[in-house]
Amino acid sequence: MPAPDHDHHHDHDDEGQQPPSDMTLRVKALESLLVEKGIVDPAALDAIIETYEHKIGPRNGARVVAKAWIDPAYRARLLENATAAIAELGFGGRQGEHMIAVENTPRIHNLVVCTLCSCYPWPVLGLPPVWYKSAPYRSRAVIDPRGVLAEFGLVLPDDVELRVWDSTAEIRYLVVPERPGGTERFDEEQLAELVTRDSMIGVAKARAPA
Amino acid sequence: MNGVHDMGGMQGLGRIVAEANEPVFHARWEGRVLGLTLASAAWGRWNLDKSRHARESVPGAEYLCMSYYEIWFAGLIKLLVDGGLVTRDELASGQSEAPKQKPPLTADRVEAVLASGAPTQRTAAAAPRFSAGARIRARNIHPTGHTRLPRYARGKLGTITRHHGAHVFPDAHAQGLGEKPQHLYQVRFEASELWNDAQRNAVHIDLWEDYLEPA
Repeated sequence: MPAPDHDHHHDHDDEGQQPPSDMTLRVKALESLLVEKGIVDPAALDAIIETYEHKIGPRNGARVVAKAWIDPAYRARLLENATAAIAELGFGGRQGEHMIAVENTPRIHNLVVCTLCSCYPWPVLGLPPVWYKSAPYRSRAVIDPRGVLAEFGLVLPDDVELRVWDSTAEIRYLVVPERPGGTERFDEEQLAELVTRDSMIGVAKARAPA
Repeated sequence: MNGVHDMGGMQGLGRIVAEANEPVFHARWEGRVLGLTLASAAWGRWNLDKSRHARESVPGAEYLCMSYYEIWFAGLIKLLVDGGLVTRDELASGQSEAPKQKPPLTADRVEAVLASGAPTQRTAAAAPRFSAGARIRARNIHPTGHTRLPRYARGKLGTITRHHGAHVFPDAHAQGLGEKPQHLYQVRFEASELWNDAQRNAVHIDLWEDYLEPA
């Protein structure tokens, strides 16, 4: 794994221990103005934030992958038309309007990036982590993908083909990781527990069963 | 625009720092910026491509020093002013200078709006110029406006691996020139072509027809 984030500046304004940061004040001022003008409804902001904090996240994608592992017909539909197959489970919409699933095999490993901004399949993975949106990942994932994977602790054999997917259009990519060994008796719910966010971006494999 | 946002293939931008158990937002204001951006967009004064271009337009040296949601905040201010939803005077004073309006996005509609999204696939008048398996070269162009052709692919040889149908063309859409839909292709570039690298790596990029020429 990359080094833990010791020098990241966490913003603890809401704990009341420190004076509010510049950004806290600037965003508050803008929100007050936009509410006063009737440009935005503050309750709509609450609903948007609630959606991405609590309703939409990588558990959605994990359900898709687990179902693909257990149900060959679903796997075929997912690889044929991911948008429709994902919609079968009730997921879709903003930043996932056009989905493609790419499957890892013993011969092929897939890795997703957006070098130009931060495109990411929101309906199945939620909002992207900071590292995915960061300059180091966006710059290196295309030129040194094996080095990037090694930093995440994943060393690929030389004969495995590494396919990087740069999300330059409105097509969003979901990696279907390999099903871990020793899970033959697992049900869909147990399998979903093994499917991490990072394995669906392609910087990790699915978790091995305990 | 050959901006710093077009980062693919750059080196020396630091190590990747992954945070364990990362929260969705690191401070309350980050969520408010996301919410403000999505809710303001409901006025229809700009589109997705224009909003990406607004964020790319942050001067390069500042862009590299800003966090993701700081860039979104800077982009939002530009969109609000350019879109006529607020004035510079109002931003400076914090006081509204216009009668109160009715927000188009209310809380009860958020779920439906997010669930429907904004699909970009359209029908195109012309037949696709390329088909799967065709060899192409990404054009060596340097548009000064918004584009989704990354610099690292320009002038490089690739192979069409899939036709996505026709999609809204971001270069035109970001300039307010309409959707100008055109065919979009998934193109595979070998690492040997992009980086003179013999490892078994390839990069797939989704590219519009205007970005490509037959090889």
